[in-house]
Amino acid sequence: MTNDRKLPLYEVFVRSRRGLDHKHVGSLHAEDGAQALKYARDCYTRRSEGVSIWVVRSSEIVASQEEDAASFFDPSDDKPYRHATHYRLPKAVKNL
Amino acid sequence: MTGRRAHGRGHPGRAAALFEFALALGDDALVLGQRLSEWCGNAPFLEEDLALANVALDCIGRANLFYRYAAELDGEGRNADQLAFLRGSREYRNLLICELPIGDFAFTMARQAMVDTFNLPYLKRLARSTDPRIAAIAAKAAKESRYHLQRSREWVLRLAGGTGESRAKIQSAFDALWGYCPEMFEMTSGETALLKSGVSVDRAAMKADWERAMKAVLAEAALEAPEGKWTISGGRNGLHTEHHGYLLAEMQSVQRAWPGLEW
Repeated sequence: MTNDRKLPLYEVFVRSRRGLDHKHVGSLHAEDGAQALKYARDCYTRRSEGVSIWVVRSSEIVASQEEDAASFFDPSDDKPYRHATHYRLPKAVKNL
Repeated sequence: MTGRRAHGRGHPGRAAALFEFALALGDDALVLGQRLSEWCGNAPFLEEDLALANVALDCIGRANLFYRYAAELDGEGRNADQLAFLRGSREYRNLLICELPIGDFAFTMARQAMVDTFNLPYLKRLARSTDPRIAAIAAKAAKESRYHLQRSREWVLRLAGGTGESRAKIQSAFDALWGYCPEMFEMTSGETALLKSGVSVDRAAMKADWERAMKAVLAEAALEAPEGKWTISGGRNGLHTEHHGYLLAEMQSVQRAWPGLEW
């Protein structure tokens, strides 16, 4: 591990079984998508963790910013009616 | 005393040939796997380190399967560990190309591309062997080799298309290794004997396709095809390079210090 060349960073998503969603498992450096996919296979699915892999350039991800958190997320804190648990179940309804 | 004679004694002809066949395939895999494992912790960057270690482990796993089968056929009743760790250099049957030192990263990848380009079609054919054990091991190994070949082939292209330095290194690696490749297509007398019953594969018949495939990759990488002015062989007869003894000394040191050790 002599020189850490400036290879682009990729985020790795692995779907562990059919029917499940791809989950973010980590990131790695690679020269391009094809190589990132192979390295993802070698770094993150060595113990049969996956049946499908996605990789995406980390720089392609548009992320929310910490300083926006107040305006982004706080307004939903006082809107309990957006949760199903806010509503009382009518007695007539047996199963929901 | 050469290994061939020692092992041959007491075997009916076919079992002896099958033993030698499985042993040689195991030796190829183990010695190359041992070389690849030398990159562990030393690869150019972390991701490639893990990827190379995975290929090494594929090779060592393959060797284990061939050795276990060979052990069942062995007239001397040795187990797989004893076959791997208690034979001397002259008793090893691996191809010379497998034992050469890892060199630089380009050398390792050029060797891998050459071996993988041979292994994939070879193992696919061997998967149709009339010997079910050999066929099963080959079928498993062929899947691994398909991946190995994708990797090594890509690295040849990357290094050739990289910097002037990487390009010079991959070219000189191919030039240095080319003469070791014809040995991959040499048939031992045992392999030839097993060919009739459909157990082994005709290596010699695969040479033209291999050369075509290699030259296609070299052309795609805009590298020069080596001229092939010299060739060398001898591994199948236990005649190895001067590097082989050092490899065995390191690989076998634990088992020789603590014979019978298991973990």
